[in-house]
Amino acid sequence: METPTSTKDIQDVVKSSAHVKVTGGGTKMALSEGATLSTDRLRGVLEYEASEFTFTALSGTSLHEIAELLGKHRQFMPFDPPLQDAGATLGGTVAAGLSGPGRFRYGGIRDFLLGVRLVTGEGRIVFGGSKVVKNAAGFDIPKLMVGGLGRMGVLVELTFKVFPAPESYVSLRIDCADLANSIDMLTRLAVSQFELACLDFEPPHRIWVRIGGLTDALAGRVERLRQLSAETVQVIRGEEDESVWRCAREFDWLPKQHKLVKIPVAPHQISAAEQWFESIDNIVPRRYSVGGNMLWIALPPELPADRLNELLTQLRRQGLALTGNWPDPRLGNNVGAAFQERLLSVFDPEGKLIP
Amino acid sequence: MMSASDFFKQLARIYPADRLLTRQAQIAPYESDGLTAFRAKPAGIVLPETQQEVIDTVCLCHQYAFPFMARGSGTSLSGGSVPVRDGLVIGLNRLNRILQYEPVQRLAVVEPGVINLAVSQRAAGDSLYYAPDPSSGPVCTLGGNVAFNSGGAHCLKYGMTANHVLGIKAVLPDGKVCQLGGDSLEMTGPDLTGMFVGSEGLFGVALEITLRLLPKPEVYYTLQAAYDSLEKAGKAVALVVASGLLPGAMEIMDRLSMDAADAAVGAGYPAEARAILIVELEGPMEEVEVERVRLHEVIERSGAYLTYVAQNAEERLKIWKGRKSAFSAVGRLSPDFIVQDGVVPRTKLGEALAEIDRLSAKYDIRVANVFHAGDGNLHPLIMFDGRQPGALEKAEELAGEILQFCIDLGGSITGEHGVGLEKRGYMLRMFGADDVEFMHRLRRAVDPLELANRGKMLPDAEAPALMSRGPHPLEKEGIISRE
Repeated sequence: METPTSTKDIQDVVKSSAHVKVTGGGTKMALSEGATLSTDRLRGVLEYEASEFTFTALSGTSLHEIAELLGKHRQFMPFDPPLQDAGATLGGTVAAGLSGPGRFRYGGIRDFLLGVRLVTGEGRIVFGGSKVVKNAAGFDIPKLMVGGLGRMGVLVELTFKVFPAPESYVSLRIDCADLANSIDMLTRLAVSQFELACLDFEPPHRIWVRIGGLTDALAGRVERLRQLSAETVQVIRGEEDESVWRCAREFDWLPKQHKLVKIPVAPHQISAAEQWFESIDNIVPRRYSVGGNMLWIALPPELPADRLNELLTQLRRQGLALTGNWPDPRLGNNVGAAFQERLLSVFDPEGKLIP
Repeated sequence: MMSASDFFKQLARIYPADRLLTRQAQIAPYESDGLTAFRAKPAGIVLPETQQEVIDTVCLCHQYAFPFMARGSGTSLSGGSVPVRDGLVIGLNRLNRILQYEPVQRLAVVEPGVINLAVSQRAAGDSLYYAPDPSSGPVCTLGGNVAFNSGGAHCLKYGMTANHVLGIKAVLPDGKVCQLGGDSLEMTGPDLTGMFVGSEGLFGVALEITLRLLPKPEVYYTLQAAYDSLEKAGKAVALVVASGLLPGAMEIMDRLSMDAADAAVGAGYPAEARAILIVELEGPMEEVEVERVRLHEVIERSGAYLTYVAQNAEERLKIWKGRKSAFSAVGRLSPDFIVQDGVVPRTKLGEALAEIDRLSAKYDIRVANVFHAGDGNLHPLIMFDGRQPGALEKAEELAGEILQFCIDLGGSITGEHGVGLEKRGYMLRMFGADDVEFMHRLRRAVDPLELANRGKMLPDAEAPALMSRGPHPLEKEGIISRE
């Protein structure tokens, strides 16, 4: 395993290798199995001025370190990157294109990545985007890195914008009567003006809602939210609230030996997806996050992985495997292939960088 | 050798005569856009009414190696929709259908010719809206917004066009149709949608755009604070940001732009103010109720000598009308002006304003300042009289110095107007030569013949003739205004 410490090192590795596969914190083994290059020694925050609300860090920097630093200045990454406690890095999170439940409020990692420096498959250094919060100059190369699985280049430096952190949070656990009720509640909450921080659905019929903001306003906001629902509502505060969302973000609910898969969905597909889960013999723990736009599945070991293709075909979606062994972590049919292949031919003409 | 006349014969098989324009009188309105300084004569214009016609046209252009430029309402402020000389213009205004509107899913699928504001109007009944709000919103099209990643006053919290586009069905410059992204907020694989947005037409034409809609904020709290110096207003922005508040918008206008807006729409700004700061809070009522107390503390600390709060929707709209009319209103103070769109780090706002002031004095040119202060996006309006020999060149030189200053501070040459024709020369100052060459290669990989919107964004191709400036005809009529 190569462990470069500089951009120059990375260039040398890329130029002298037939194939390069990158790993960061190794928290998503389906993506980093067989890696040849580790960003372990590419750590550190390069620029951070709190009053600017942006930071630039090396790709191997852990999310945890960033979150701690920002926390000291009452700031946070609004895209709520998952697997922070597990040791995920900034680069790995960008490459896998992952955002957590907090994505619901202000947007995902794609919406907060401003600039990127990378080494292409030809060993060239490319800078794209900018270090300021607003920029419309040149192609938006940073966006292309999100979910790129390292195929477009080895990420070196990343610039993000951040936001002031909410003073405090309160969550509601709403137990609905049945699936139809749950979906109805989920969609009503999603279009409401309550400005929810998180909105998750845990089948069969539990809705999790989180709101954040100024402490003095929260009591009134919670009260009104409660009135929206005739169902059983439990208000969750403080440590317990923290732990509910940490558990979601860290996938603590993933049973041992199960494989974690992400499937982007649209809220109107929940009912069809649930029908499929009902139709199979196995119990598949799952959670719909981001107002029903992201389905997380814990695939049990006894369920053949290709059964998942039935679901993906039916929903006409792609999935991404994050843990476990897979021949290819990219599941289902590729969308936009023609455009992607043309861009790839420039980023990595020889196909050196493997996902 | 396939000739242009063959090409037009083929086009005539797709389009009836009234949608294939080649006579001089028909072409003239398409020669320019919101940046009136540039002008180029296309060989013809087609006005497709279906997506298939657009695809067939692009295929034909590819077959004949005929350059094309797709446009909407032509409100670009960077010359992005100035035709390719002797090329084809594909006018997309007739593809103006909202194909799908799904309030429960919070999304709309639109054709590229749909007007920006039409989406929010359609969604208003469900208390939803489309967030990016360029000042040209009543006329500009979403296809153009996608091509240039348009912004607006309310991009501080929820971002620009790229942050609100979930999917795009596009025809690439060789006629290949591609679906990028989809109808989910999430995705797997590289963010191709994000890469397409802001590519200034170089990657092809968007045929269908899937937009995410947001619930309308429950309440707004719009405050206008007056200062006796521009510097104080600039510092107030830093104080608001540091206070942990996240307003929906934060805008500054200086005295000159206030005078202009006053003359245009009777905005009624305080007579002694050297600058005003507009801060808008938005959100659930309880939250805004607490936030506003904090905001007032900050504004008081910032040395504002007068504050005014909109008491109702009408007063709020009046504040925004004054702000959004500022650009076109400057046309009343000066026969011609250049709008700049540079971005500086937010903490360097004061420094940037002082530098603009210094340059204004050095060149003896009046510069009005209106800007999206919250995200450091400056819009200096550099005034000159194009009839005086050398005035345009002098104004451009000043504009260039401002852009260079933005770059030196680590900022950007454009926050929301795009590079277009106007700022191609500055790409090599903001990016390294290798980075720009890389962008060229990306472009050629997608469009080997360089047919799509040739001559924009990337610094190489021939520039059309630079003409004297003046307000856009629609601007003169008060129909559009500049951001």
